[in-house]
Amino acid sequence: MSPILGAAGGMSARAYGFTSVIPVGNYESIATTTVGSGGSATIAFSSIPNTYSHLQLRGIARSTAGGSSSVEVLCSINSAVNADRNHYIYGNGSTVSSGAQIKNLIGYALGVSQTANTFGATILDILDYSNTNKNKTFRSLAGDDQNGGGDIIFNSLLFATTAAISTLTLSLSAGNFSQYSSFALYGIR
Amino acid sequence: MAKTYEPIATTTGTGSAGDITFSSIPTTYTDLVLVANIFTTANANEVMRLNGDTGNNYSTTSFYGDGTSALSSRASNNNVMIFQNEVFSASSVSALTVFNIMNYANTTIYKTVINRSNQANRAAETHVSLWRNTAAITSITISGATFTTDAKFTLYGIKAA
Repeated sequence: MSPILGAAGGMSARAYGFTSVIPVGNYESIATTTVGSGGSATIAFSSIPNTYSHLQLRGIARSTAGGSSSVEVLCSINSAVNADRNHYIYGNGSTVSSGAQIKNLIGYALGVSQTANTFGATILDILDYSNTNKNKTFRSLAGDDQNGGGDIIFNSLLFATTAAISTLTLSLSAGNFSQYSSFALYGIR
Repeated sequence: MAKTYEPIATTTGTGSAGDITFSSIPTTYTDLVLVANIFTTANANEVMRLNGDTGNNYSTTSFYGDGTSALSSRASNNNVMIFQNEVFSASSVSALTVFNIMNYANTTIYKTVINRSNQANRAAETHVSLWRNTAAITSITISGATFTTDAKFTLYGIKAA
């Protein structure tokens, strides 16, 4: 069935040309990993081609540990290279904070005892990832809501290396990725 | 490799009261992205519903900054998904919102929507929302205000390999 767009209340829908700030037609799927029933300690994307301008990683995560607390989704690059700096703005539903730390934090995964069927979401942008004249910068928007608890964070990470990024390795601060956790890597021309 | 960021539909407001609805959304993508450039006729909070669900099955965690202060808030057991706190009507300044509707067709999981919003003359804010339902999302409704003819909404699909 074709999608129908419209407006209730007697308004008529109008279709327009598909203009956007998003580079439609220049956004390509590179690889996807979805965790099976056994869980997984890491999710890795290797042999990333250097033919794109930027990368975007999108995914959902839940942990096999963490109890009733969410756990951190961490990302290293290449051969276990860690971030040199992480600046963030964070909200937990009652307070908001900002800070700087040395951590590979890109998002959150729900703990094993938190609301069932619920996953944290992460969208990570990696700019100019193959440029060997620049240090590497990440930006992520991530969060989870559990109907009564939640986290939301806006992150930047610095990897003080000019090496092209060819591998991304995701892990959790506690436990393994549980079943149905899934991350997809995209390239932007 | 396959190109995979595809426009599904675009619509605008009409200047008359009523909701914006995308329906019969195909389930063939991995994520949805909805880009909204919002102009309204009056100050209002903007909200979203999925699959027409009007029950108290939504919750949202947010943070917000207006240039003077920052705060974080939560709405639980709500009957809408909050995504924009009180759009101020102004003829020349819009509220921009980009929604990421993650794994929207996965019938095993509750659905999480994460969005960032800003009004250049007022504030920036970010929200993560949960819809406690495992159904595939086939319709999205945006309401809360009368949207002017300058308000524009475009829905995209992203398909993972």
